[in-house]
Amino acid sequence: MLDSKIPGGPLKDKWTKHKNEINVVNPANKRFIDVIVVGSGLAGGAAAASLAELGYNVKCFCFQDSPRRAHSIAAQGGINAAKNYQNDGDSTYRLFYDTVKGGDYRAREANVYRLAEVSANIIDQCVAQGVPFAREYGGLLDNRSFGGVLVSRTFYAKGQTGQQLLLGAYSAMSRQIGKGKIKMYNRHEMLELVIVDGKARGIIARNLITGEIERHSAHAVVLGSGGYGNVFFLSTNAMGSNVSAAWRAHKKGAFFANPCYTQIHPTCIPRSGDYQSKLTLMSESLRNDGRIWVPKDMKDVEAIRAGKKKPTDLKEEERDYYLERRYPAFGNLVPRDVASRAAKERCDAGYGVNETGEAVYLDFSSAIMRYGREKATVDGIKNPSDQKVRELGEKIVEAKYGNLFQMYEKITDDNPYKTPMMIYPAVHYTMGGLWVDYNLMTTIPGCFAAGEANFSDHGANRLGASALMQGLADGYFVLPYTIGDYLANDIRTGEIPTDSKEFDEAEKDVKQRIERLINNKGTKSVDHFHKRLGKVMWDKVGMSRNAQGLQEAMAEIKQIREEFHNDVFVPGTANEFNPELEKATRVADFLELGELFAKDALERNESCGGHFREESVELDGEQKGEAKRDDVNFTYVAAWEWNGDPAASVVHKEQLEFKNIELKQRSYK
Amino acid sequence: MAANTGMNLTLKIWRQKDAKSSGKMETYQVRDISDHMSFLEMMDVLNEQLIGEGKEPVAFDHDCREGICGMCSMYINGEAHGPDRGVTTCQLHMRKFKDGDTIYIEPWRATAFPVVKDLVVDRSSFDRVMNAGGFVSVNTSGNAQDANAIPIPKEDADKAFDAATCIGCGACVATCKNASAMLFVSAKVSQLSLLPQGQVEAKDRVQKMVDQMDKEGFGNCTNTGACEVECPKGISLDNIARMNSEYLKASTK
Ligand SMILES: Cc1cc2nc3c(=O)[nH]c(=O)nc-3n(C[C@H](O)[C@H](O)[C@H](O)COP(=O)(O)OP(=O)(O)OC[C@H]3O[C@@H](n4cnc5c(N)ncnc54)[C@H](O)[C@@H]3O)c2cc1C
Ligand code: SF4
Ligand code: FES
Repeated sequence: MLDSKIPGGPLKDKWTKHKNEINVVNPANKRFIDVIVVGSGLAGGAAAASLAELGYNVKCFCFQDSPRRAHSIAAQGGINAAKNYQNDGDSTYRLFYDTVKGGDYRAREANVYRLAEVSANIIDQCVAQGVPFAREYGGLLDNRSFGGVLVSRTFYAKGQTGQQLLLGAYSAMSRQIGKGKIKMYNRHEMLELVIVDGKARGIIARNLITGEIERHSAHAVVLGSGGYGNVFFLSTNAMGSNVSAAWRAHKKGAFFANPCYTQIHPTCIPRSGDYQSKLTLMSESLRNDGRIWVPKDMKDVEAIRAGKKKPTDLKEEERDYYLERRYPAFGNLVPRDVASRAAKERCDAGYGVNETGEAVYLDFSSAIMRYGREKATVDGIKNPSDQKVRELGEKIVEAKYGNLFQMYEKITDDNPYKTPMMIYPAVHYTMGGLWVDYNLMTTIPGCFAAGEANFSDHGANRLGASALMQGLADGYFVLPYTIGDYLANDIRTGEIPTDSKEFDEAEKDVKQRIERLINNKGTKSVDHFHKRLGKVMWDKVGMSRNAQGLQEAMAEIKQIREEFHNDVFVPGTANEFNPELEKATRVADFLELGELFAKDALERNESCGGHFREESVELDGEQKGEAKRDDVNFTYVAAWEWNGDPAASVVHKEQLEFKNIELKQRSYK
Repeated sequence: MAANTGMNLTLKIWRQKDAKSSGKMETYQVRDISDHMSFLEMMDVLNEQLIGEGKEPVAFDHDCREGICGMCSMYINGEAHGPDRGVTTCQLHMRKFKDGDTIYIEPWRATAFPVVKDLVVDRSSFDRVMNAGGFVSVNTSGNAQDANAIPIPKEDADKAFDAATCIGCGACVATCKNASAMLFVSAKVSQLSLLPQGQVEAKDRVQKMVDQMDKEGFGNCTNTGACEVECPKGISLDNIARMNSEYLKASTK
C-alpha cells in the first residue's frame, strides 16, 4: 500500500506541524551517521551541503569532473518565489494555486503548498551566499514573468540563472569539502543500489577514470540524479543526463511514478540534420518579449522556404500570431504544453517556416521598438529616427537576454536582433520519477529522491522557473528535516560494513553487466541504438499519443532492446576511462524505461498536461480541440512496481485529493 | 543559407592511453562534414567511424554542449576552444573551417591539469582552490535575512555577475605561457569582493585561495593578457587587478 504520509491539519500548517513533530537527531550523534548523496545538481548539491552543515558525514557522487558541472548549470530563465516584491498580489497561496493548476491537477496538494511556502527562503539563502541576481536601478531585486501565471515572481540572473544558483550550491559544498564534512567523488557513476535488511545501505559505483568498481556504505542514500529526458536521444538535457541511478533503485523496489509525464518545451532551436547530438533551449523568459507567429498565407510559407521572401518582408496583417489569437488572456505566455501543441498544430497544417517544416518564428521586433521608444523618452530624445529607436531597443533586449541571443547566433549563424528566431518544441524535462512520500522517501526505506529525479510537485506539466525552486527546496529545506526523522533510529547502528553478502552480490551483478557489454563485440555502436530508441519515443510517445502507436512503441522498444544486447559494440576495456561503456550502461537502462514509459502513457487514457492522448480532446464549445482531462477515472499517481520486465510492471495508484482547490478545466483563453 | 555538406578534413589528434603513458599525434580523415555541425558533432562523426572500424574512439570531455558547463576543453590549431571568439569548444561551428583544412586537436597542457586520456584532463586543482575559500560562510538554516534587506547598487551587482559567469573551463590556464590560473581565481575573488556578503571573509579568502593556487603548481601571472582573449565568457583582466589589490590589502594589515 502506498502511504504518502501527508500530515494532518490545515494545509497551511502541515509543514510547520510536521517539523515540530518529527524525530530529530542530536547534533552529537550526527557524526556517527553517513549519508550518500548521488548528484551534485541543485537538489543533490544543496542536500549534500546542508546535511554536512548539520554534522552528517556526506559522500557525494557525480559523473562530471567537478560538482559544479551538474546539468542544473544549464538552466536559463529563472526561479520562482512568492516574495511579492512587485506588489502585484502574489502570495504563497497564489504560487501554490498556479503550480497545481499548471500541473493540470495531477500533483499532491500538500507537497506543492510546502514548496510555495519555502520558496521565499530560497531567495534569501541564495542572496546570502552571494548569488548575483538581476537588480533594478534602486538596488532591489528584479523580477520577470513566466508562462501560465499572471504575476511577476521569477528571479533571474540574465539567461544564466541555473549557473548562478548551482555555483551558489557548489560554494556551499566547497566549504564543507574544505572542512572534510563532504567527501566528493567526481567522475564516479552509481551503478547499483545496495539493500541490507530491507533498507538502502549503500551503492556500487564505478570510478570512471580507472574503471574500478567500488563499494560505498551509508545509513541512507539520497538520489538527486536528475531527469530522464535523454530517453528521447535528442533533448535539451546535457549529454550525460541519465536515468540509471533512479532506474537501479526502481529495479530494487522503488516505485517509478508517472513515467509518461514529459515536458516538451515550445522554444528550442530546430534540428538541422541527422548528426544532431542535442537540442538547445531558448529560455521561456523570451516569451515575455518575443511574439510567436507563422505566415497566414501558405504562399508566403512557400516563398520563405524557397528563400524568395524573408520573414521581415511580411506585414503585420500577413502574420498569424496564433497564440495571441487562440489564447487572448495569456497570449504568448500560455504554459509550455499548450504552446508546444499549438506549434505542432500549425506545423502539421503545413505552416512550418524552415526546410523541414518544423519551425515557427519567435519575433522580438515589437519589443525592440517598444523598449527603444521608452528609452528615447526617458533620455529626452525628441522625434528619434526608427533607426535610433531600434538601436536603443536592441541595447535593452541585449541586457535582458544577451547570452541567449549570442547562443542562438553561434548555432544558427542568424542575428536574432535583425530577424526573428526560428524555434520548435523539444523534450526538456521529466515530471515523472521515483515515487516519494511527503518526506521524500521512496518505497525503499532509507532511499530518498530529490529534484528532477522524484515525481513530486509538478503534476502533469511543470511551470517555468519551478524546477530550480523545487530542487533547492528539496535539498536545502525539506530533506535536511525529513531525513533526520528516518536517521533517528540509526544513531546506534554504527558504520555499515561493506563486506556483507549484499554488497558482494551487488558488486558481482555490476561486474557481470559490464563484462557482458564489453565482451559482446557486436557490430553497432551504442548511439545507433540510442537514436533508434529516440525516434520511436518521439514519433509514438512524443507530443501526441494514441493507443495504437503506444502499443507499437512498446513492441518496437522491446525489439531494439534485444538487438542492443545481441549486437552492441563497446570498444576498449572495463578497466580504463571508457566513455562508450558509460553510454552503454545508460542506454541499457533507457531501453527498459522507454517501454514502461509507453505503457504508462497507454494506461492513462486521458489528456493531462504534457500527456496528450488523441482519444481525449474536447469535441465542442469554446475549448474545442483542447486536451480533455478525465478526473473521474484518472485523478491518481501511477506508481509502477518492477516485476522482472517492463511490460510486466504492476501499477499502484495513489489517489489525489483536492481539498483546497477546486478541480477545473484549465483555461488560458 | 544553404548548408555546405561536403567538407573533407584531416585531423591530427593527440592520443594518450592514460596519465602514465606517453602520447602522440595521430592522423585521421573525415568526409562530408556539414558546416551546420558543431565541432563536437564532427568529433562524434569521427568516433562513429572509428567504432565502425573496430578502433577506440577519441576520448574528450563534454556534457551540456551549449557553452555553460565548462566540461569541453580542446586546444584547436594552437588556440584554446579554437579559432572563434567568445565560445567554448562545443559552441564552435564547422562553418569556421573549410574543405581540405588540416585541424590540430590537443588537450589543455599545464602541470596542474594532468592528462587523463586523449583530450581529457584532470582539473580538480580548480576545485581545491575553491574549497580553500571560494564561498561565503553562511549555513542553509532557512533564517537568512530578507533578500531585499541590503540593496546593492546595480552597477556592483552587474559587475559581480559578470565575474561570476566564469565556467571553470581552464582555457585561461591552457592559453597562458606560464599556465597561470589568475583569471579563474580572480573571477571568484572579484565576485565576492564586489558584494557586501563577501566582505567579512574578504582578507582570509584571497590569501587562502592564492596560497592553494600556488600549491597546485599554477604559474605566475606576467600580464600577457592571453587569458582574456581566449576566455569564452569574456572574463576581464580588471578582475586580476582587483584581486591583486585585495591581496595587497590582506597582506599589509
Ligand atoms: C536547458 C535547460 C534550461 C532550464 N531552465 C530552467 C529554468 O530557467 N528554470 C527552472 O526552474 N528550471 C529549468 N530547467 C530545469 C532544471 O534545470 C532541472 O530540472 C534541474 O536543474 C534539475 O536539477 P537536479 O539537481 O534534480 O539534477 P541535475 O542538475 O541534472 O543533476 C544531476 C546530478 O546527478 C549526477 N548523476 C546522475 N546520474 C548519476 C549516476 N548514475 N551516478 C553518479 N552521479 C549521477 C550528475 O553528475 C549530476 O551531478 C532547465 C533545464 C534545461 C535542460
Ligand atoms: S576565466 Fe574564462 S577561461 Fe578561465 S576558467 Fe573561467 S571561463 Fe574558463
Ligand atoms: S560541453 Fe558544456 S561548455 Fe562545452
